[in-house]
Amino acid sequence: MANLFLLQLLNGAQFGILLFLVAAGLTLVFGIMDFINLAHGVLYMLGAYLMAMFALSTGSFWLGLALALGATLVVGLVLEWLVFRRLYDRPHLDQVLATFALMMILSEGVKILWGSAPLNVAMPELLSGSVPLAGPLRYPVYRIAIIVAGLATALGLWAMITRTRVGMLLRAGASNRPMVAALGTDISKFFMLVFALGAMLAGFAGALVSPVLSVDPGMGDQILILTFVVIVIGGVGSVKGAFAGALLVGITDTVGRIFGPIWLKMVMDPAAAAQAGRVLAPMLIYLLMAAILSWRPNGLFGRSTR
Amino acid sequence: MMKSTMTALALGATALAPLSALAEPVKVGVLMTLSGPPAVLGEHARDGALLALKTLGGTLGGQEAEFIIADAEGKPDIAAQKARRLVESDGAAFVIGPIFSNVMAAIAGPVTEGGAFLMSPNAGPSVFAGEGCNPDIFVVSYQNDQPDQVMGEYANSAGYGSVVLIAPNYQAGMDHLGGFKRTYEGTVTTELLTQLGQLDYSAELAQIAAFQPDAVYAFLPGGMGVNFVKQYAQAGLSGIPMMSSFTTDETTLPAMQDAALGMFSSGSWAPDLDAPGNAEFVEAFVAEYGRVPASYAAYAYDAVMLMDAAIAEAGTEDRDALRDALKTVDFPTVRGKFAFGQNQFPVQDFYLTEVVQREDGAYATSAKELVVADYVDAYAGACAAE
Repeated sequence: MANLFLLQLLNGAQFGILLFLVAAGLTLVFGIMDFINLAHGVLYMLGAYLMAMFALSTGSFWLGLALALGATLVVGLVLEWLVFRRLYDRPHLDQVLATFALMMILSEGVKILWGSAPLNVAMPELLSGSVPLAGPLRYPVYRIAIIVAGLATALGLWAMITRTRVGMLLRAGASNRPMVAALGTDISKFFMLVFALGAMLAGFAGALVSPVLSVDPGMGDQILILTFVVIVIGGVGSVKGAFAGALLVGITDTVGRIFGPIWLKMVMDPAAAAQAGRVLAPMLIYLLMAAILSWRPNGLFGRSTR
Repeated sequence: MMKSTMTALALGATALAPLSALAEPVKVGVLMTLSGPPAVLGEHARDGALLALKTLGGTLGGQEAEFIIADAEGKPDIAAQKARRLVESDGAAFVIGPIFSNVMAAIAGPVTEGGAFLMSPNAGPSVFAGEGCNPDIFVVSYQNDQPDQVMGEYANSAGYGSVVLIAPNYQAGMDHLGGFKRTYEGTVTTELLTQLGQLDYSAELAQIAAFQPDAVYAFLPGGMGVNFVKQYAQAGLSGIPMMSSFTTDETTLPAMQDAALGMFSSGSWAPDLDAPGNAEFVEAFVAEYGRVPASYAAYAYDAVMLMDAAIAEAGTEDRDALRDALKTVDFPTVRGKFAFGQNQFPVQDFYLTEVVQREDGAYATSAKELVVADYVDAYAGACAAE
């Protein structure tokens, strides 16, 4: 039982890290630019589709990954220039409407280009297979790779935000945007950079999971809701918060799903425990969100003055 | 609104059949879910129907035919409106559709009360199989419970003493697991009920690894199945046999590829089923649409072939005669043999199918062995039609 618990903890952390990669971009855009981007999930989907296309055409996972990253960066820049920069000064409702429309347009576009059937991305030989943990339990190498890649990204973002000039601007922009502009920073160029970075992070997440998950036109919608839960828990605009929130959501969801019913059985009869467990499992992360918000209304790392 | 009209012009048909040239073409509504994530299922069924029409030279029973395609959007209310429009405004005498059982419940009334026949290429819900059977509804596919019951039978004969079940926690998931449990006699180790649209199955896979059952039975349609099957292989569980329904078929295999090889499911048709005309159908489908047909395509193809044979026998003027012909006529089915039971659901053979890689590199299901012959669904007895 202890082994299983540790394994689920690892699974939860891995799922959380995946959520972090998508959430990091969203929280930057939302926190710094005060911009609600419902199309963020679609960028994640686009990353996976571009990965599928490039991996197939080049025959190499690594080349495909590099090309997909570059392509999502370009897509992010183009979308910012075409659509998003016209929406920064609009009220949130307009942003929601416009980005929701963009979400549908891109989803349909993906279907026209690649068809509605799910696609396959082959796993690189180097990262396939599984390693034994304890007894019959094994852990896939690729999931370890996802954890490593996610942690490296988190570390890179942390270094960028705390140690570089761009990071300083990011932090300044998150706390007081007009002041940053008044001090002579070209805010439109800066926003473009933030947005493209967010898009690339989402695309990277999509490309990274494409060998483990189904690459289909619905994949962006599924992750978007979870991502919003993550950034609300972590505090809007805080990358640190996104990391903590993502891990919390990933672990609560994974561990709670399996151990919830087992723990419930200790206090109630088995049939009722199984029933209650099933009802509670999909609600767990929302209960977590409600609990955290009642304790800290701005999220774990949110600023109290907004 | 997605709606396109495909008028089939049979060149020279007027010269060959001067009498039918004066008649209105037979209008057929094709109502499938063609948008949203499950669109690929509807596309297979639509393409199967269109391929049949093309094979027949654009005619049904010698009469010129017009297929009108509409998107059910997976939404019962919208599908009902479109069904009404197809039957009442466009004058469709037949509606081929739908894919989903909840859509079927919504369009059955508008189609049959409007005076058209409903031909289902997939959905076969129990409500229309028993007391609620309707003489104007012909289910050309199977009754929904059957594929699961067949897998239960197979698990018995394969000697699997313990099985872990997994399905999403919603009505259809419960129904499919219920179908399996109705015939399976071994021990159900545990039932894993997951969230609809779940991405990550690592928690469930770890439990399966810990239980080490003789086999796993899954109902995880669409993207959920792709996620599960890929992660199943990566978690090193390939040693535990995986049986499923609506999880590993030609709509999802292109995304699963090697991860699904050797997994089992059941069906009354497979692309390599040894039946007259089946190889030609599959070859023509691959040539036309660039993918291996799934059962949705085969059943829609059969539905059109059935309509063709029935119209050739009884014409379209006398609706009662046409209904009788639909029920009893012999038609060239890609399943080898076909007969309707008293509830207009098929009585047919079911096979164990296994995922294989074809010679052209594509992945498909392959009929391995006959599991149950002339299978009658559990509800037919309660149907008092006749």
